[in-house]
Amino acid sequence: MAKDNTKETDYRKSKIKSIIAWTIAIIFACVQLVLTLTPFFFMIINSFRKQFDMLQQGVFHLPDPWFTENYVTVVTHDFFGYFFRSVIVVSISLVLMLIISSFAAYPLARMKFKLNPFIYAAIVAMMSVPMHVTLIPIFKMTTMIGFNDTLKSLIGPYVAFALPMSVFILTAFMKTIPKEIEESAEIDGCNKYKNFFLMILPLSKSGLSTLAIYNGVGMWNEFAFANTLILSPEKKTLPLALGQFKGEHSLNIPINMAVLTLSVLPMIILFIIFQDKLVKGMMAGAVKG
Amino acid sequence: MKKDNNVSLARAKARSTARAATVFLIPALLLIAIFIVYPVIDTFVISEYKWNGISADRIFIGMDNWRALIHDAMFWESFKHNLIVMVFSILLQIPLGMLLATFLDAGGKKFNIFKIIWFLPYLMSSVAIAFLFVYALATNGGIISSLATIIQGKRTTVDLLGTAPNALYTVIGVMAWQFTPFYMVYFIAGYGNIDTSVYEAAIIDGATRWQYIKHIAIPLLGPIFKTACTMSLIGSLKYFDMIWNMTQGGPAGSTELMATYMYKLSFQQFNMGYGSTVAAGMFILITAIALIFNKLFKVKEDY
Repeated sequence: MAKDNTKETDYRKSKIKSIIAWTIAIIFACVQLVLTLTPFFFMIINSFRKQFDMLQQGVFHLPDPWFTENYVTVVTHDFFGYFFRSVIVVSISLVLMLIISSFAAYPLARMKFKLNPFIYAAIVAMMSVPMHVTLIPIFKMTTMIGFNDTLKSLIGPYVAFALPMSVFILTAFMKTIPKEIEESAEIDGCNKYKNFFLMILPLSKSGLSTLAIYNGVGMWNEFAFANTLILSPEKKTLPLALGQFKGEHSLNIPINMAVLTLSVLPMIILFIIFQDKLVKGMMAGAVKG
Repeated sequence: MKKDNNVSLARAKARSTARAATVFLIPALLLIAIFIVYPVIDTFVISEYKWNGISADRIFIGMDNWRALIHDAMFWESFKHNLIVMVFSILLQIPLGMLLATFLDAGGKKFNIFKIIWFLPYLMSSVAIAFLFVYALATNGGIISSLATIIQGKRTTVDLLGTAPNALYTVIGVMAWQFTPFYMVYFIAGYGNIDTSVYEAAIIDGATRWQYIKHIAIPLLGPIFKTACTMSLIGSLKYFDMIWNMTQGGPAGSTELMATYMYKLSFQQFNMGYGSTVAAGMFILITAIALIFNKLFKVKEDY
Protein backbone atom coordinates (compact mmCIF):
# COMPACT_ATOMS: atom_id res chain seq x y z
CA MET A 1 0.00 0.00 0.00
CA ALA A 2 2.73 2.43 1.06
CA LYS A 3 4.73 1.36 -1.94
CA ASP A 4 1.77 2.07 -4.19
CA ASN A 5 1.50 5.57 -2.75
CA THR A 6 5.10 6.50 -3.48
CA LYS A 7 4.67 5.12 -6.95
CA GLU A 8 1.67 7.35 -7.46
CA THR A 9 3.40 10.50 -6.16
CA ASP A 10 6.40 9.63 -8.30
CA TYR A 11 4.13 9.33 -11.26
CA ARG A 12 2.41 12.59 -10.43
CA LYS A 13 5.75 14.33 -9.92
CA SER A 14 7.08 13.22 -13.28
CA LYS A 15 3.77 14.21 -14.87
CA ILE A 16 4.06 17.73 -13.43
CA LYS A 17 7.70 17.89 -14.43
CA SER A 18 6.84 16.94 -17.98
CA ILE A 19 4.06 19.53 -18.14
CA ILE A 20 6.46 22.23 -16.95
CA ALA A 21 9.11 21.10 -19.41
CA TRP A 22 6.67 21.19 -22.28
CA THR A 23 5.36 24.62 -21.28
CA ILE A 24 8.88 26.04 -21.30
CA ALA A 25 9.57 24.32 -24.59
CA ILE A 26 6.41 25.70 -26.21
CA ILE A 27 7.16 29.24 -24.98
CA PHE A 28 10.67 28.95 -26.34
CA ALA A 29 9.29 27.63 -29.62
CA CYS A 30 6.87 30.54 -29.92
CA VAL A 31 9.60 33.10 -29.19
CA GLN A 32 11.67 31.54 -31.95
CA LEU A 33 8.62 31.67 -34.21
CA VAL A 34 8.19 35.39 -33.59
CA LEU A 35 11.91 36.07 -34.09
CA THR A 36 11.85 34.17 -37.36
CA LEU A 37 8.67 35.67 -38.73
CA THR A 38 8.96 39.34 -37.74
CA PRO A 39 11.45 40.27 -40.50
CA PHE A 40 9.32 38.41 -43.07
CA PHE A 41 6.21 40.16 -41.81
CA PHE A 42 8.03 43.51 -42.00
CA MET A 43 9.13 42.71 -45.56
CA ILE A 44 5.72 41.64 -46.84
CA ILE A 45 3.45 44.28 -45.30
CA ASN A 46 5.78 47.11 -46.20
CA SER A 47 6.00 45.92 -49.80
CA PHE A 48 2.31 46.86 -50.09
CA ARG A 49 2.74 50.50 -49.07
CA LYS A 50 3.31 53.73 -50.93
CA GLN A 51 6.79 55.14 -50.46
CA PHE A 52 5.88 57.74 -47.83
CA ASP A 53 3.09 55.81 -46.10
CA MET A 54 5.64 53.65 -44.33
CA LEU A 55 6.70 56.26 -41.82
CA GLN A 56 3.30 57.89 -41.50
CA GLN A 57 1.35 54.68 -40.91
CA GLY A 58 3.97 53.01 -38.71
CA VAL A 59 5.73 49.87 -39.87
CA PHE A 60 3.58 47.41 -37.91
CA HIS A 61 0.19 48.59 -39.13
CA LEU A 62 -1.41 46.83 -42.01
CA PRO A 63 -1.15 48.91 -45.17
CA ASP A 64 -4.13 51.10 -45.90
CA PRO A 65 -4.89 50.86 -48.75
CA TRP A 66 -2.99 47.77 -50.00
CA PHE A 67 -0.80 49.24 -52.71
CA THR A 68 0.22 46.73 -55.40
CA GLU A 69 1.91 49.20 -57.74
CA ASN A 70 5.36 48.34 -56.28
CA TYR A 71 5.12 44.85 -57.70
CA VAL A 72 4.14 46.22 -61.09
CA THR A 73 7.19 48.51 -61.02
CA VAL A 74 9.47 45.62 -60.09
CA VAL A 75 8.10 43.31 -62.77
CA THR A 76 8.31 45.98 -65.49
CA HIS A 77 11.93 46.74 -64.54
CA ASP A 78 13.25 43.48 -65.98
CA PHE A 79 12.66 41.38 -62.87
CA PHE A 80 11.91 38.34 -65.01
CA GLY A 81 15.07 38.99 -67.00
CA TYR A 82 17.15 38.56 -63.84
CA PHE A 83 14.97 35.64 -62.86
CA PHE A 84 15.39 33.73 -66.13
CA ARG A 85 19.11 34.39 -66.32
CA SER A 86 19.39 32.81 -62.88
CA VAL A 87 17.23 29.89 -64.01
CA ILE A 88 19.46 29.34 -67.06
CA VAL A 89 22.77 29.51 -65.20
CA VAL A 90 21.57 27.36 -62.31
CA SER A 91 19.98 24.68 -64.49
CA ILE A 92 22.96 24.33 -66.85
CA SER A 93 25.39 24.26 -63.90
CA LEU A 94 23.27 21.75 -62.02
CA VAL A 95 22.92 19.33 -64.93
CA LEU A 96 26.65 19.45 -65.69
CA MET A 97 27.52 19.12 -62.03
CA LEU A 98 25.26 16.08 -61.55
CA ILE A 99 26.62 14.30 -64.65
CA ILE A 100 30.26 15.00 -63.81
CA SER A 101 29.98 14.16 -60.12
CA SER A 102 28.19 10.88 -60.77
CA PHE A 103 30.87 10.04 -63.38
CA ALA A 104 33.53 10.63 -60.75
CA ALA A 105 31.71 8.89 -57.92
CA TYR A 106 31.21 5.66 -59.90
CA PRO A 107 34.83 4.50 -60.11
CA LEU A 108 35.58 5.82 -56.62
CA ALA A 109 32.72 3.81 -55.14
CA ARG A 110 32.85 0.63 -57.20
CA MET A 111 36.23 0.04 -58.83
CA LYS A 112 39.49 -1.16 -57.39
CA PHE A 113 42.55 0.68 -58.64
CA LYS A 114 45.73 1.81 -56.99
CA LEU A 115 45.09 5.56 -56.92
CA ASN A 116 41.48 5.30 -55.73
CA PRO A 117 41.94 6.25 -52.04
CA PHE A 118 44.39 8.99 -52.98
CA ILE A 119 42.10 10.63 -55.57
CA TYR A 120 39.13 10.34 -53.25
CA ALA A 121 40.98 12.02 -50.38
CA ALA A 122 42.23 14.77 -52.69
CA ILE A 123 38.71 15.55 -53.97
CA VAL A 124 37.22 15.52 -50.47
CA ALA A 125 39.98 17.81 -49.18
CA MET A 126 38.85 20.40 -51.76
CA MET A 127 35.63 20.85 -49.76
CA SER A 128 37.34 23.16 -47.32
CA VAL A 129 38.98 25.51 -49.86
CA PRO A 130 37.26 28.91 -49.46
CA MET A 131 36.06 30.15 -52.84
CA HIS A 132 37.13 33.71 -52.03
CA VAL A 133 40.76 32.66 -52.27
CA THR A 134 40.18 31.79 -55.93
CA LEU A 135 38.31 34.97 -56.90
CA ILE A 136 41.25 36.98 -58.25
CA PRO A 137 42.81 34.18 -60.35
CA ILE A 138 39.39 33.17 -61.73
CA PHE A 139 38.66 36.81 -62.56
CA LYS A 140 42.05 36.98 -64.29
CA MET A 141 41.41 33.72 -66.15
CA THR A 142 37.95 34.72 -67.41
CA THR A 143 39.23 38.08 -68.60
CA MET A 144 42.13 36.40 -70.37
CA ILE A 145 39.93 34.05 -72.41
CA GLY A 146 37.40 36.82 -73.08
CA PHE A 147 34.62 35.25 -70.99
CA ASN A 148 34.30 38.23 -68.66
CA ASP A 149 30.85 39.74 -68.34
CA THR A 150 29.12 36.65 -69.76
CA LEU A 151 26.76 34.25 -68.05
CA LYS A 152 28.86 31.28 -69.17
CA SER A 153 31.76 32.49 -67.04
CA LEU A 154 29.75 31.53 -63.94
CA ILE A 155 29.15 27.92 -64.96
CA GLY A 156 32.73 26.68 -64.51
CA PRO A 157 33.18 27.96 -60.94
CA TYR A 158 29.66 26.92 -59.91
CA VAL A 159 30.16 23.36 -61.14
CA ALA A 160 33.69 23.04 -59.80
CA PHE A 161 32.88 24.27 -56.30
CA ALA A 162 29.83 22.01 -56.01
CA LEU A 163 31.81 18.94 -57.11
CA PRO A 164 33.80 17.92 -53.99
CA MET A 165 30.77 17.74 -51.70
CA SER A 166 28.66 16.04 -54.38
CA VAL A 167 31.30 13.44 -55.24
CA PHE A 168 31.66 12.77 -51.52
CA ILE A 169 27.94 12.20 -51.01
CA LEU A 170 27.39 10.25 -54.23
CA THR A 171 30.35 7.95 -53.55
CA ALA A 172 28.86 7.09 -50.17
CA PHE A 173 25.49 6.60 -51.87
CA MET A 174 26.80 4.35 -54.66
CA LYS A 175 28.66 2.17 -52.15
CA THR A 176 25.29 1.14 -50.71
CA ILE A 177 24.12 -0.34 -54.03
CA PRO A 178 24.61 -4.15 -53.79
CA LYS A 179 27.62 -5.54 -55.67
CA GLU A 180 25.57 -8.42 -57.13
CA ILE A 181 23.66 -6.10 -59.42
CA GLU A 182 26.81 -5.21 -61.30
CA GLU A 183 28.23 -8.72 -61.23
CA SER A 184 25.15 -10.24 -62.80
CA ALA A 185 25.12 -7.49 -65.41
CA GLU A 186 28.76 -8.19 -66.19
CA ILE A 187 27.97 -11.86 -66.75
CA ASP A 188 25.28 -10.75 -69.15
CA GLY A 189 28.00 -8.95 -71.10
CA CYS A 190 27.70 -5.40 -69.82
CA ASN A 191 30.94 -3.45 -69.70
CA LYS A 192 31.74 -0.76 -67.14
CA TYR A 193 30.19 2.00 -69.24
CA LYS A 194 26.92 0.18 -69.88
CA ASN A 195 26.83 -0.77 -66.23
CA PHE A 196 27.03 2.84 -65.21
CA PHE A 197 24.34 4.14 -67.53
CA LEU A 198 21.95 1.19 -67.25
CA MET A 199 22.35 0.18 -63.59
CA ILE A 200 24.15 2.59 -61.30
CA LEU A 201 22.87 5.90 -62.63
CA PRO A 202 19.16 4.97 -62.47
CA LEU A 203 19.66 3.54 -58.98
CA SER A 204 21.32 6.77 -57.81
CA LYS A 205 18.33 8.89 -58.77
CA SER A 206 17.27 9.72 -55.23
CA GLY A 207 20.83 10.71 -54.26
CA LEU A 208 21.03 12.92 -57.35
CA SER A 209 17.77 14.69 -56.63
CA THR A 210 18.76 15.58 -53.07
CA LEU A 211 22.07 16.93 -54.39
CA ALA A 212 20.21 18.94 -57.02
CA ILE A 213 18.09 20.63 -54.38
CA TYR A 214 20.93 21.20 -51.96
CA ASN A 215 23.26 22.72 -54.56
CA GLY A 216 20.43 24.43 -56.42
CA VAL A 217 19.68 26.62 -53.41
CA GLY A 218 23.36 27.51 -53.10
CA MET A 219 23.80 28.39 -56.78
CA TRP A 220 20.52 30.33 -56.91
CA ASN A 221 21.73 32.56 -54.06
CA GLU A 222 25.39 32.81 -55.13
CA PHE A 223 26.74 36.34 -54.93
CA ALA A 224 30.54 36.68 -54.87
CA PHE A 225 31.37 35.12 -58.26
CA ALA A 226 28.37 36.76 -59.94
CA ASN A 227 29.28 40.16 -58.53
CA THR A 228 32.90 39.82 -59.64
CA LEU A 229 32.49 38.29 -63.07
CA ILE A 230 29.36 40.09 -64.33
CA LEU A 231 29.17 43.84 -64.73
CA SER A 232 26.45 44.77 -67.26
CA PRO A 233 23.00 45.15 -65.68
CA GLU A 234 21.38 43.29 -68.58
CA LYS A 235 23.46 40.20 -67.77
CA LYS A 236 23.09 40.16 -64.00
CA THR A 237 21.52 37.28 -62.07
CA LEU A 238 18.83 37.52 -59.40
CA PRO A 239 21.02 38.07 -56.30
CA LEU A 240 22.54 41.06 -58.11
CA ALA A 241 19.12 42.39 -59.07
CA LEU A 242 18.53 43.27 -55.44
CA GLY A 243 21.54 45.57 -55.40
CA GLN A 244 20.53 47.01 -58.76
CA PHE A 245 17.07 47.94 -57.48
CA LYS A 246 18.50 49.24 -54.22
CA GLY A 247 20.86 51.46 -56.20
CA GLU A 248 18.07 52.88 -58.33
CA HIS A 249 15.42 53.28 -55.61
CA SER A 250 17.48 53.55 -52.44
CA LEU A 251 14.93 55.79 -50.72
CA ASN A 252 11.88 53.84 -51.80
CA ILE A 253 11.86 51.13 -49.14
CA PRO A 254 8.54 49.51 -50.20
CA ILE A 255 9.87 48.81 -53.72
CA ASN A 256 12.94 47.15 -52.23
CA MET A 257 10.71 45.04 -50.01
CA ALA A 258 8.70 43.98 -53.06
CA VAL A 259 11.88 42.84 -54.88
CA LEU A 260 12.98 40.90 -51.81
CA THR A 261 9.58 39.24 -51.48
CA LEU A 262 9.52 38.22 -55.13
CA SER A 263 13.06 36.85 -54.96
CA VAL A 264 12.41 34.56 -51.96
CA LEU A 265 9.02 33.35 -53.12
CA PRO A 266 10.25 30.65 -55.56
CA MET A 267 12.57 29.18 -52.92
CA ILE A 268 9.79 29.04 -50.34
CA ILE A 269 7.43 27.31 -52.77
CA LEU A 270 10.11 24.80 -53.77
CA PHE A 271 10.94 24.15 -50.12
CA ILE A 272 7.34 23.44 -49.20
CA ILE A 273 7.12 20.95 -52.08
CA PHE A 274 10.51 19.28 -51.57
CA GLN A 275 11.22 19.70 -47.86
CA ASP A 276 11.72 16.00 -47.18
CA LYS A 277 14.24 15.77 -50.00
CA LEU A 278 16.20 18.67 -48.59
CA VAL A 279 16.36 17.15 -45.14
CA LYS A 280 17.51 13.89 -46.70
CA GLY A 281 20.19 15.74 -48.63
CA MET A 282 21.51 17.26 -45.47
CA MET A 283 21.26 13.89 -43.78
CA ALA A 284 23.56 12.48 -46.44
CA GLY A 285 25.97 15.27 -45.56
CA ALA A 286 25.55 14.62 -41.86
CA VAL A 287 26.59 10.98 -42.26
CA LYS A 288 30.03 12.44 -42.83
CA GLY A 289 30.38 12.93 -39.09
CA MET B 1 50.53 -22.23 -69.23
CA LYS B 2 47.14 -22.04 -67.63
CA LYS B 3 48.51 -19.93 -64.78
CA ASP B 4 50.10 -17.57 -67.28
CA ASN B 5 46.78 -17.08 -68.96
CA ASN B 6 45.19 -16.22 -65.63
CA VAL B 7 47.80 -13.64 -64.83
CA SER B 8 47.50 -11.88 -68.15
CA LEU B 9 43.73 -12.02 -67.89
CA ALA B 10 43.83 -10.40 -64.46
CA ARG B 11 46.25 -7.83 -65.80
CA ALA B 12 44.03 -7.09 -68.77
CA LYS B 13 41.09 -6.70 -66.44
CA ALA B 14 43.01 -4.34 -64.17
CA ARG B 15 44.08 -2.34 -67.20
CA SER B 16 40.52 -2.02 -68.51
CA THR B 17 39.35 -1.00 -65.02
CA ALA B 18 42.06 1.63 -64.84
CA ARG B 19 41.11 2.90 -68.28
CA ALA B 20 37.41 3.12 -67.35
CA ALA B 21 38.22 4.82 -64.06
CA THR B 22 40.33 7.41 -65.88
CA VAL B 23 37.60 8.16 -68.39
CA PHE B 24 35.01 8.63 -65.63
CA LEU B 25 37.24 10.71 -63.40
CA ILE B 26 38.79 13.06 -65.96
CA PRO B 27 36.00 15.67 -66.22
CA ALA B 28 35.76 16.17 -62.45
CA LEU B 29 39.52 16.24 -61.91
CA LEU B 30 39.98 18.67 -64.79
CA LEU B 31 37.37 21.11 -63.47
CA ILE B 32 38.72 20.93 -59.93
CA ALA B 33 42.24 21.49 -61.24
CA ILE B 34 41.22 24.50 -63.35
CA PHE B 35 38.86 26.22 -60.94
CA ILE B 36 40.17 25.27 -57.50
CA VAL B 37 43.76 23.96 -57.45
CA TYR B 38 45.27 26.25 -60.07
CA PRO B 39 43.62 29.42 -58.68
CA VAL B 40 44.87 28.68 -55.17
CA ILE B 41 48.44 28.31 -56.50
CA ASP B 42 48.01 31.37 -58.70
CA THR B 43 46.87 33.42 -55.68
CA PHE B 44 50.23 32.71 -54.07
CA VAL B 45 52.01 33.62 -57.33
CA ILE B 46 50.14 36.93 -57.79
CA SER B 47 50.84 37.74 -54.13
CA GLU B 48 54.47 38.38 -55.11
CA TYR B 49 53.58 41.07 -57.64
CA LYS B 50 52.45 44.65 -57.69
CA TRP B 51 49.53 44.47 -60.11
CA ASN B 52 46.32 46.42 -60.69
CA GLY B 53 44.49 43.48 -62.25
CA ILE B 54 44.00 45.09 -65.63
CA SER B 55 47.26 46.20 -67.22
CA ALA B 56 49.59 43.60 -68.69
CA ASP B 57 52.66 44.76 -66.83
CA ARG B 58 52.99 43.54 -63.32
CA ILE B 59 56.07 44.10 -61.24
CA PHE B 60 57.69 41.29 -59.31
CA ILE B 61 58.33 42.49 -55.78
CA GLY B 62 59.04 39.18 -54.05
CA MET B 63 58.05 39.03 -50.42
CA ASP B 64 57.30 42.76 -50.06
CA ASN B 65 53.53 42.20 -49.98
CA TRP B 66 53.94 39.51 -47.35
CA ARG B 67 56.09 41.77 -45.21
CA ALA B 68 53.40 44.45 -45.53
CA LEU B 69 50.70 41.92 -44.58
CA ILE B 70 52.46 40.96 -41.37
CA HIS B 71 52.50 44.62 -40.34
CA ASP B 72 49.03 45.42 -41.69
CA ALA B 73 46.95 46.39 -38.65
CA MET B 74 43.73 46.36 -40.71
CA PHE B 75 44.30 42.74 -41.74
CA TRP B 76 44.84 41.55 -38.18
CA GLU B 77 41.90 43.65 -37.03
CA SER B 78 39.67 41.91 -39.58
CA PHE B 79 41.10 38.55 -38.54
CA LYS B 80 40.15 39.43 -34.96
CA HIS B 81 36.60 40.20 -36.15
CA ASN B 82 36.53 36.84 -37.92
CA LEU B 83 37.53 35.14 -34.67
CA ILE B 84 34.79 36.97 -32.73
CA VAL B 85 32.24 35.99 -35.38
CA MET B 86 33.52 32.41 -35.22
CA VAL B 87 33.20 32.10 -31.45
CA PHE B 88 29.71 33.59 -31.38
CA SER B 89 28.55 31.55 -34.37
CA ILE B 90 29.56 28.34 -32.66
CA LEU B 91 28.09 29.43 -29.32
CA LEU B 92 24.78 30.70 -30.76
CA GLN B 93 23.87 28.82 -33.90
CA ILE B 94 24.81 25.28 -32.98
CA PRO B 95 23.20 25.05 -29.49
CA LEU B 96 20.11 26.87 -30.73
CA GLY B 97 19.84 24.65 -33.82
CA MET B 98 20.25 21.61 -31.59
CA LEU B 99 17.52 22.82 -29.18
CA LEU B 100 15.09 23.40 -32.04
CA ALA B 101 15.86 19.98 -33.50
CA THR B 102 15.38 18.35 -30.10
CA PHE B 103 12.00 20.04 -29.78
CA LEU B 104 10.97 18.86 -33.24
CA ASP B 105 12.24 15.34 -32.59
CA ALA B 106 10.27 15.13 -29.34
CA GLY B 107 7.14 16.57 -30.92
CA GLY B 108 7.06 14.44 -34.04
CA LYS B 109 4.98 15.06 -37.13
CA LYS B 110 2.49 17.43 -35.47
CA PHE B 111 5.21 20.08 -35.12
CA ASN B 112 5.94 20.10 -38.84
CA ILE B 113 4.62 23.64 -39.18
CA PHE B 114 7.29 24.84 -36.71
CA LYS B 115 9.94 23.16 -38.83
CA ILE B 116 8.75 24.83 -42.04
CA ILE B 117 8.58 28.29 -40.51
CA TRP B 118 11.86 28.00 -38.60
CA PHE B 119 13.61 26.96 -41.78
CA LEU B 120 12.47 29.97 -43.85
CA PRO B 121 15.47 32.29 -43.15
CA TYR B 122 17.89 29.77 -44.63
CA LEU B 123 16.06 29.95 -47.97
CA MET B 124 16.79 33.64 -48.37
CA SER B 125 20.01 34.57 -50.10
CA SER B 126 22.63 36.34 -47.99
CA VAL B 127 22.17 39.39 -50.20
CA ALA B 128 18.43 39.49 -49.59
CA ILE B 129 18.94 39.06 -45.85
CA ALA B 130 21.50 41.87 -45.86
CA PHE B 131 19.14 44.32 -47.58
CA LEU B 132 16.14 43.24 -45.52
CA PHE B 133 18.00 43.89 -42.27
CA VAL B 134 19.52 47.15 -43.47
CA TYR B 135 15.93 48.41 -43.65
CA ALA B 136 14.54 46.39 -40.75
CA LEU B 137 17.22 47.71 -38.39
CA ALA B 138 17.30 51.25 -39.74
CA THR B 139 16.92 54.09 -37.27
CA ASN B 140 14.11 55.45 -39.40
CA GLY B 141 11.22 53.01 -39.83
CA GLY B 142 13.12 49.96 -38.64
CA ILE B 143 11.63 47.25 -36.45
CA ILE B 144 13.71 47.84 -33.31
CA SER B 145 13.50 51.63 -33.46
CA SER B 146 9.74 51.49 -34.02
CA LEU B 147 9.33 49.10 -31.10
CA ALA B 148 11.43 51.36 -28.88
CA THR B 149 9.32 54.33 -29.95
CA ILE B 150 6.13 52.49 -29.01
CA ILE B 151 7.53 51.36 -25.65
CA GLN B 152 9.03 54.74 -24.73
CA GLY B 153 6.01 56.63 -25.98
CA LYS B 154 8.24 59.10 -27.78
CA ARG B 155 10.42 58.97 -30.87
CA THR B 156 13.42 56.82 -30.03
CA THR B 157 16.15 55.61 -32.34
CA VAL B 158 18.26 52.55 -31.72
CA ASP B 159 21.27 52.62 -34.02
CA LEU B 160 22.35 49.02 -34.38
CA LEU B 161 24.32 49.10 -37.61
CA GLY B 162 25.65 52.63 -37.61
CA THR B 163 27.87 52.69 -34.54
CA ALA B 164 31.13 50.84 -34.05
CA PRO B 165 30.75 48.39 -31.18
CA ASN B 166 27.09 47.60 -31.96
CA ALA B 167 27.50 46.82 -35.62
CA LEU B 168 29.62 43.67 -35.28
CA TYR B 169 27.27 42.13 -32.70
CA THR B 170 24.24 43.07 -34.77
CA VAL B 171 25.78 41.31 -37.75
CA ILE B 172 26.45 38.27 -35.55
CA GLY B 173 22.78 38.28 -34.54
CA VAL B 174 21.63 38.43 -38.14
CA MET B 175 24.01 35.59 -39.00
CA ALA B 176 22.44 33.53 -36.21
CA TRP B 177 19.02 34.30 -37.71
CA GLN B 178 20.27 33.06 -41.07
CA PHE B 179 22.22 29.93 -40.10
CA THR B 180 20.44 28.49 -37.05
CA PRO B 181 17.89 26.81 -39.37
CA PHE B 182 20.75 25.11 -41.22
CA TYR B 183 22.08 23.51 -38.04
CA MET B 184 18.54 22.71 -36.98
CA VAL B 185 17.98 20.60 -40.10
CA TYR B 186 21.43 19.13 -39.66
CA PHE B 187 20.55 17.93 -36.16
CA ILE B 188 17.10 16.76 -37.31
CA ALA B 189 18.98 14.60 -39.79
CA GLY B 190 21.22 13.44 -36.97
CA TYR B 191 18.26 12.45 -34.80
CA GLY B 192 16.79 10.72 -37.85
CA ASN B 193 19.92 8.60 -38.14
CA ILE B 194 19.46 7.23 -34.62
CA ASP B 195 17.60 3.96 -34.89
CA THR B 196 14.09 4.20 -33.40
CA SER B 197 14.73 0.91 -31.57
CA VAL B 198 17.33 2.74 -29.47
CA TYR B 199 14.65 5.13 -28.21
CA GLU B 200 12.15 2.33 -27.67
CA ALA B 201 14.67 0.28 -25.72
CA ALA B 202 15.49 3.27 -23.49
CA ILE B 203 11.81 3.94 -22.78
CA ILE B 204 11.15 0.28 -22.01
CA ASP B 205 14.07 0.38 -19.58
CA GLY B 206 12.26 3.21 -17.78
CA ALA B 207 14.19 6.22 -19.06
CA THR B 208 12.36 9.53 -19.33
CA ARG B 209 12.62 11.51 -22.53
CA TRP B 210 15.02 13.93 -20.87
CA GLN B 211 17.26 11.08 -19.74
CA TYR B 212 17.13 9.63 -23.24
CA ILE B 213 18.21 12.97 -24.74
CA LYS B 214 20.92 13.58 -22.18
CA HIS B 215 22.47 10.15 -21.89
CA ILE B 216 21.76 8.51 -25.23
CA ALA B 217 20.90 10.96 -28.01
CA ILE B 218 23.50 13.65 -27.32
CA PRO B 219 26.44 11.23 -27.04
CA LEU B 220 25.24 9.56 -30.25
CA LEU B 221 25.11 12.97 -31.92
CA GLY B 222 28.69 13.71 -30.84
CA PRO B 223 30.35 13.24 -34.23
CA ILE B 224 27.66 15.36 -35.93
CA PHE B 225 28.23 18.03 -33.32
CA LYS B 226 31.92 18.17 -34.19
CA THR B 227 31.26 18.31 -37.93
CA ALA B 228 28.80 21.14 -37.34
CA CYS B 229 31.47 23.02 -35.38
CA THR B 230 34.01 22.51 -38.17
CA MET B 231 31.53 23.81 -40.73
CA SER B 232 30.65 26.80 -38.60
CA LEU B 233 34.33 27.50 -38.00
CA ILE B 234 35.31 27.46 -41.67
CA GLY B 235 32.12 29.29 -42.62
CA SER B 236 32.74 32.16 -40.23
CA LEU B 237 36.38 32.54 -41.25
CA LYS B 238 35.48 32.96 -44.92
CA TYR B 239 32.25 34.90 -44.35
CA PHE B 240 31.57 37.52 -47.00
CA ASP B 241 28.24 37.93 -48.83
CA MET B 242 26.01 39.32 -46.12
CA ILE B 243 28.52 41.68 -44.51
CA TRP B 244 29.53 43.00 -47.91
CA ASN B 245 25.94 43.93 -48.70
CA MET B 246 25.00 45.11 -45.23
CA THR B 247 27.92 47.23 -43.96
CA GLN B 248 30.77 46.87 -46.51
CA GLY B 249 32.97 46.43 -43.44
CA GLY B 250 31.87 49.73 -41.89
CA PRO B 251 31.29 51.80 -39.86
CA ALA B 252 34.98 52.69 -39.62
CA GLY B 253 36.10 49.14 -40.37
CA SER B 254 34.34 47.75 -37.30
CA THR B 255 32.77 44.87 -39.26
CA GLU B 256 35.66 44.37 -41.68
CA LEU B 257 36.41 40.67 -42.21
CA MET B 258 39.34 39.11 -44.06
CA ALA B 259 37.18 38.40 -47.12
CA THR B 260 35.64 41.88 -47.30
CA TYR B 261 39.08 43.43 -46.87
CA MET B 262 40.44 41.26 -49.66
CA TYR B 263 37.51 42.15 -51.91
CA LYS B 264 37.83 45.86 -51.23
CA LEU B 265 41.55 45.85 -52.00
CA SER B 266 41.16 43.80 -55.17
CA PHE B 267 37.94 44.91 -56.79
CA GLN B 268 37.47 48.46 -55.50
CA GLN B 269 41.04 49.73 -55.18
CA PHE B 270 42.37 47.39 -57.90
CA ASN B 271 45.36 46.46 -55.83
CA MET B 272 45.20 42.83 -56.87
CA GLY B 273 48.75 41.97 -55.94
CA TYR B 274 48.23 42.85 -52.31
CA GLY B 275 44.62 41.58 -52.46
CA SER B 276 46.03 38.19 -53.43
CA THR B 277 48.40 38.33 -50.49
CA VAL B 278 45.44 38.89 -48.18
CA ALA B 279 43.57 36.02 -49.88
CA ALA B 280 46.59 33.74 -49.51
CA GLY B 281 47.00 34.76 -45.88
CA MET B 282 43.34 33.97 -45.36
CA PHE B 283 43.86 30.54 -46.92
CA ILE B 284 46.80 29.81 -44.62
CA LEU B 285 44.95 30.96 -41.48
CA ILE B 286 41.75 29.04 -42.29
CA THR B 287 43.64 25.85 -43.09
CA ALA B 288 45.75 26.17 -39.94
CA ILE B 289 42.77 26.80 -37.66
CA ALA B 290 40.77 23.96 -39.20
CA LEU B 291 43.73 21.59 -38.76
CA ILE B 292 44.30 22.65 -35.16
CA PHE B 293 40.60 22.20 -34.39
CA ASN B 294 40.61 18.75 -35.96
CA LYS B 295 43.71 17.77 -33.95
CA LEU B 296 42.24 19.09 -30.69
CA PHE B 297 38.88 17.45 -31.06
CA LYS B 298 39.96 14.52 -33.21
CA VAL B 299 37.15 14.90 -35.73
CA LYS B 300 36.80 11.50 -37.24
CA GLU B 301 36.48 11.68 -41.01
CA ASP B 302 35.61 8.44 -42.75
CA TYR B 303 37.50 8.84 -45.97
